[in-house]
Amino acid sequence: MSITVDSINKRFGSYQALNNVSLDIPEGKLTALLGPSGSGKTTLLRIIAGLESADSGRISFSGKDVTGVHVRDRNIGFVFQHYALFRHMTVAQNIAFGLDSLPRKQRPPKAEIKRRVSELLEMIQLPHMAQRFPAQLSGGQKQRVALARSIATRPKILLLDEPFGALDAKVRKDLRRWLRNLHDEFHFTSIFVTHDQEEALELSDQVVVMSQGNVEQVNEPTELYARPDSRFVFDFLGQVNVLSGDVKHSRLSLGSAWVTVPGIKHQGKAQLYLRPHEVRLATTPAANANLPLRIEAVSLIGSEVRIELRPEGWHSTGSDNIWEVGISHAEFNQQRPARGDLRYAVPEIGHLFTGEDTQPETVNWAEAESAPRVRLIN
Amino acid sequence: MSTAKQASALNSQRWPLSGIRSKRVLPGFGLSLGISLLFISLILMLPLTGLVMEVSAMSFDQFWFVITDPRVVASYKVTALAALAASLFNGAFGLLLAWVLVRYDFPGKRLIDAVVDLPFALPTAVAGITLATLFAANGWYGQWLSKLGIEIAFTPVGIVVAMAFTSLPFVVRTVQPVLEELAPEDEEAAVSLGASDGHVFRRVIFPALWPALLTGVALSFTRSLGEFGAVIFIAGNMPYVSEVTSLMIFVRLQEYDYAAASAIASVILAVSLVMLFAITLWQARYLKRIEGR
Repeated sequence: MSITVDSINKRFGSYQALNNVSLDIPEGKLTALLGPSGSGKTTLLRIIAGLESADSGRISFSGKDVTGVHVRDRNIGFVFQHYALFRHMTVAQNIAFGLDSLPRKQRPPKAEIKRRVSELLEMIQLPHMAQRFPAQLSGGQKQRVALARSIATRPKILLLDEPFGALDAKVRKDLRRWLRNLHDEFHFTSIFVTHDQEEALELSDQVVVMSQGNVEQVNEPTELYARPDSRFVFDFLGQVNVLSGDVKHSRLSLGSAWVTVPGIKHQGKAQLYLRPHEVRLATTPAANANLPLRIEAVSLIGSEVRIELRPEGWHSTGSDNIWEVGISHAEFNQQRPARGDLRYAVPEIGHLFTGEDTQPETVNWAEAESAPRVRLIN
Repeated sequence: MSTAKQASALNSQRWPLSGIRSKRVLPGFGLSLGISLLFISLILMLPLTGLVMEVSAMSFDQFWFVITDPRVVASYKVTALAALAASLFNGAFGLLLAWVLVRYDFPGKRLIDAVVDLPFALPTAVAGITLATLFAANGWYGQWLSKLGIEIAFTPVGIVVAMAFTSLPFVVRTVQPVLEELAPEDEEAAVSLGASDGHVFRRVIFPALWPALLTGVALSFTRSLGEFGAVIFIAGNMPYVSEVTSLMIFVRLQEYDYAAASAIASVILAVSLVMLFAITLWQARYLKRIEGR
């Protein structure tokens, strides 16, 4: 079932939670609603579910208008951040709740319900927990029970509100993978809300980035990361290093720091955004950049070594005046950068925001060496 | 890997004297517990002991004779049945009132919330006189009810009315906080699973309220067992028909028969205590199950 959100507005008192939001959620896809808290993502999810009503606008499932349809008749599965399991019921009773609630005519016979419950218990790998009460389960187990409960009535649409928000990192990773498999197996149309960019990019087929009640950008994860449309999306998706200064004679400079931007026509204020993997570190300034930085911290955990640096003699506007650069463990072992060392950032690919124009231009120094030019995205 | 080890190492670093010093964080445990116990002893236990001492001066035959006096036995029946009716009524009406106060916003909500406590604040004798006046054959309610052939004042039904009036806050005040703490998500989850409103109430809300409701009803019942002031004005106090047990105690006191009065009082006390203990035990078991402790 595809979902269409058509110019939804929602106000809480004087606060505009959703501002004329329109969206298309394709059938069978796993879509992430990503945004900081207060961006309206949970409100949007609740309106799609029917737990909240919009002030204006429409929701339709597969072209059928469901705006006025009660949540109990929308046939959706909804998963809450804090599980919302019924404490006084056993795990099996919790999972059977949706089936037990069906009107007598549609309700399957007792034996059938029992069979379905044990199937679901099997699927969530908790068959031995059937007679336990929710209080006796761990967080990850509770969320799996909540998922099983929400899909027991075989809804076509699965909505998840920060489903992994209350879990610790390890469990979260397991559950993510598990949810992905579940989705692939059952072909729901799923939407999940998250404020974790990594989770959104890893898990979903499509990411909807929201901020302050507006949709900022909708795209596939890889495209979204490679081509953010706006400063907000850039900032929000992962760490970013910023050089904010003035462009004069194709050179962007701020104090003693500068970068040449080959082929630029713009003069005046501009910001250069660089991802941690788009920057190299050198012990001497390069021909096209002079960005002195002092190493503040080195983090070895992970597939790359993450180095945090503080601008030396200039100031970065992004993330607490810290730059972050990722280098491989092999490079690290060769160069052995340590706290307090001075390094020069050498940009390879950057994204230039000029003036109020929110679409960034991509600058590629590696390519520019042979054929200097600026490419405009889109 | 060795988080436990690290934690204990950390602990011993932070509190090098932990072997010697008390591990309690909040000071004053000894003092506060001591004062509490002292006052419980002085205010609750000592008078009760006095009662038991008074009773123990009697022989068992005397005791049995006093508490099985036919008139007294009739009063037990009247009291217990009236208290049961009153507490069941309060169970239903108190739940409704708590529901309205928690779930809806309406003008005057705070006023109603305050009025609920009135039976606690009002002298019970005042309540009794007021009710008797209202329900008397020429009173505001009584004149209409008597046309329908219903008599309330000076009958056992009047006792129920008085008991219900004085013990209503018990139910409201025990159910209200539990209702307030019910996670709205539980209901949302139930509705999203397709449950009807009735199904949600029966299967999700009521089981969560049940322990508190039962406690409220039990408190209301035990309070009603001993109700005196409000009841005697409206009961009519006809022997074997509308005499409550607390009146029998009063009658014995009027006769300066302290031992007999204490004997009858001890019966009420025993019933109340047994009930409260039973409820507490049951509730602990129920909560233990759903809270997994």
